[in-house]
Amino acid sequence: MGLGSDSEGFLTTRLDQFIGWARKNSLWPMPMGISCCAIEMMSFAGPRYDVARFGSEAFRFSPRQCDLMIVAGTVTYKMSHVVRKIYDQMPDPKWVIAMGACTSTGGMYRSYSVVQGIDLFLPVDVYVAGCPPRPDNLLQGLMAVQAKIKRGERPGQKEKIYIQETPDLHEKQDSRKS
Amino acid sequence: MTRTPDHAHKLTDQANLKILRALEDQDTSVTFDDALEHDMVLNMGPQHPATHGVLRLLLRLDGETIVAAVPDLGYLHRGYEKLAENMSYHEFIPHTDRLDYLSPLANNVAYVLAVEKLAGIEVPTRAQYLRVICAETARLASHLVWMGSMAMDVGAVTVLLWGFREREKLQDIWDVLTGVRFTTSFTRVGGMANDITDEAVSMIKEFLDRFPENLSESERLLIRNRIFIDRCENVGAVSREDAINLGLTGPLLRACGVGHDLRRDEPYLVYNELDFDVPVYHDGDVLARFYVRMQEMKESAAILRQALEKMPKGPVNAADPKRVLPKKERTYGKMEELIHDFMIVNFGINPPIGETYHAIEAAKGELGFYIVSHGEGYPWRLKIRSPSFANLQALPPMLRGGMISDVVAVIGSVDPVMGEADK
Amino acid sequence: MKNRILERVNARFKDSIESVSEYRGELTLVVRKSDIALLCRLLHDDPELGFDSLRDLCGADYARAADRFEVVYNLYSLKNSFRLRVKVRVDESDLHVPSVCGVWSAANWLERETYDMFGILFNGHPDLRRIYMPEEFEHHPLRKDFPLMGIPGSLSLPRK
Repeated sequence: MGLGSDSEGFLTTRLDQFIGWARKNSLWPMPMGISCCAIEMMSFAGPRYDVARFGSEAFRFSPRQCDLMIVAGTVTYKMSHVVRKIYDQMPDPKWVIAMGACTSTGGMYRSYSVVQGIDLFLPVDVYVAGCPPRPDNLLQGLMAVQAKIKRGERPGQKEKIYIQETPDLHEKQDSRKS
Repeated sequence: MTRTPDHAHKLTDQANLKILRALEDQDTSVTFDDALEHDMVLNMGPQHPATHGVLRLLLRLDGETIVAAVPDLGYLHRGYEKLAENMSYHEFIPHTDRLDYLSPLANNVAYVLAVEKLAGIEVPTRAQYLRVICAETARLASHLVWMGSMAMDVGAVTVLLWGFREREKLQDIWDVLTGVRFTTSFTRVGGMANDITDEAVSMIKEFLDRFPENLSESERLLIRNRIFIDRCENVGAVSREDAINLGLTGPLLRACGVGHDLRRDEPYLVYNELDFDVPVYHDGDVLARFYVRMQEMKESAAILRQALEKMPKGPVNAADPKRVLPKKERTYGKMEELIHDFMIVNFGINPPIGETYHAIEAAKGELGFYIVSHGEGYPWRLKIRSPSFANLQALPPMLRGGMISDVVAVIGSVDPVMGEADK
Repeated sequence: MKNRILERVNARFKDSIESVSEYRGELTLVVRKSDIALLCRLLHDDPELGFDSLRDLCGADYARAADRFEVVYNLYSLKNSFRLRVKVRVDESDLHVPSVCGVWSAANWLERETYDMFGILFNGHPDLRRIYMPEEFEHHPLRKDFPLMGIPGSLSLPRK
């Protein structure tokens, strides 16, 4: 293959794309199900809004075997240490979906014990709005993570994608068509 | 990961010592010469597939046998009671949804009943029947998730998916009835947000037609299953006296032989006009609670059918313009309604000075609200008597002497919801 | 039923009862703090009254100069299907209240919760420690002088 750096770049980008394709179609979620959003996450894994068809068949509760952490539910200060510990135990590369209003900004709980947004202590990739977000909303969040992987962005990278709850804004979602 | 874990100890050493000492001080009949030789402290942490939310259990084990157990709550403490003191009665209704988040409509009904008792508002009969329908569908939804998750914890994963299939149908009904799948906030002080439509009525009837056979499909998988019965029989038993003393309510109490159901003993809404049985079993173990809840689901279906037939026509909101929110369309056109809407939303309903406690029979037990009013639009103190908090208190005696695999079955049968246990 | 309760209670605790009131069909007794455990024992053991179930125990902060706090006991009698409320006034200078854990074991966690939220100490409680807030938290959240958003720095957050 002595054709110079061009063809080497060609091979590695193809390899990266292949690995990215494999990663995005087998995102195994780590369901950090804390409160009400966890029930919608169970529906999201359930028979109607089947997430297994997206490759996320295995909802492993062990962090060592997952690459996507879906934080579903209000995170209190007491719980934040546990969430961070589990995030640290996950192997790289790992992505985080902040599901629901409580994880995005503290939600309707502007009180003394609720962390006003998990991005205060975790790098978040996708925020899914809703209280709780419909399972289809969460599926769209998962697809946004998949789009992120396809574009080759690093997890926790600065550019965040915000998913709106109203369906008619669907087209305006992704600022970069992928 | 080479990041220095400076956040690794979420509890200081002192706090850790306190909880470990509580674990050691538990009343046990087993003593050890060398404490480190036989027993082990296992942390079933807040993040666990089978703890039904963020419940942390510390177990002291002798091999596989549990010698003592200490639950640690507070991982979902969101400050509900303090929030309630800072918002008006109407503003708190969406918060009540998130208490027992498996049956949100029932919590709405409970809260609004307590506020109406305090304020002295009479609700028309149609609204009361509609509230019965809401409460019973909520009970069905909660028990379906219970059935699914308890069976999954014990090993029968199929029942989880079938339970969720039925629950999806119920959520479709809620979608048509209230506008939301899940956290509904459907009740208002003095009535309901909207009237029930014919479409919703026909959907409920269609659901009820197919429900008994769908339920028996799941039931057949479990009720004669040797493995399920062996895992559940004589596990986590509580005696009748202990159950009453510990303040257990709901299916746990009825599985111990006490026929106490607030729908029958202290009838609220229109339960005194409806005909239903209260299932009571006497063993007090996990299997008895299973039977109680399965029977309750069938009774709820019967109550729903009766409520749909008997529901009279009429208004769905009380005729009290100073305290009941007017219909939204009218506020845009009529001056009176606009002013009333403004006053109620900004200044609240101002119940007289006093205090009340009102409880309903929720899916998990007695859900009560103790409200103290100082005559303003905001409650002075609001205490939520959550059934899961009281039921979880009975965990240590239930777990003692069992094995680790029993922990999962027992927690499944207690069916705690941390949203209401931690408030 | 109400008369029977008052008769029994007045027979032994006439001096301790500070007031009796009824609102919306519910009977409330306000009792002196020192006698609460004995009164609860009477209510529990009496075969005719039979208040065998403690449904709720909570505190309340009235933000007044004297007798700032109150501890409220909501009792239920399974036999008679009757509810009773017993209240105790607690002054800020002496926050000790006798514990009723010996009468109903349901009081264990409820008293821990009241201690956590208000700082009211219960004498004779087997294991009085915080239940909702982490152990190192120094304040009592439901007091009226604690702000809703909390005090910055009182709870720790992991580093990002």
